[in-house]
Amino acid sequence: MADRTTLTFLLMDAPFENARTTTAFRLLQAAVSRGHNVNVFAYEGAVALPFIRQRGHANPVHGRDAAQEDHPLPRNWVAELLRLAGEQGTKLDWVNCGLCVDERGVEEAVEGTRRGAPAEFWKMAVSSHNTLVIATK
Amino acid sequence: MRVLQIIETAYRATIEEQDDTVVYMTHALHGAGATESVLLRGNAVNYAVADQDASGLRFGTWRQSEPPRIAADVASLLEKHVDVFAVVEDLEERGLREEMLIRGIKTLPRGELAGLLERFDQIWHW
Repeated sequence: MADRTTLTFLLMDAPFENARTTTAFRLLQAAVSRGHNVNVFAYEGAVALPFIRQRGHANPVHGRDAAQEDHPLPRNWVAELLRLAGEQGTKLDWVNCGLCVDERGVEEAVEGTRRGAPAEFWKMAVSSHNTLVIATK
Repeated sequence: MRVLQIIETAYRATIEEQDDTVVYMTHALHGAGATESVLLRGNAVNYAVADQDASGLRFGTWRQSEPPRIAADVASLLEKHVDVFAVVEDLEERGLREEMLIRGIKTLPRGELAGLLERFDQIWHW
């Protein structure tokens, strides 16, 4: 474990708003799949990514009910990446900015994530090989 | 580890947040022991202007009592010895003259950015 590469990602976009989120998750999956340890600091709107009350919905334009539509939910992506990390024997440490969570009332998060302050992000960054900030534009 | 925080997107929910979230993060990380500088570019060069006033928001009987004070938050970084740079061309494009800026902000032309970036271990582009 000691010689694994550790990468830190800061995510900032809220769910269902931007293609950057999908790209960020693809990067996370690539890192975890390759056996890297990964830290994620979810800042501002990104703290809603693992919010467990996200729900899929029907899509009248598509003519499909909720089950048929099978709406993608970022909370499921977070859970799946945590599961994958466990399977790979790597670390995926997902930290939600606590004040950002409180502002948005999204404290109910996927099991395996935790809350922390920006100082946690600094600790992650200094203990990583590199850090990528994916900010809201 | 020396980090350059590049702020390019300005006034991103600053009324709701009562500050700029990246300036806030820079303060918070400084408190955690980080060695940082800030580069303002694009629209965010307006953060360098001393005379900003975001007060006065009202909706019905509700009024914002504590508006964001971006200039004060940037000046406070300077007081903590965090260097703050602004790109000359981005200031000029927006008609922002040197005398309008917060005292202590350093300006540099785009041609010198590469040299500035070389001085840092990591670049975080917001």
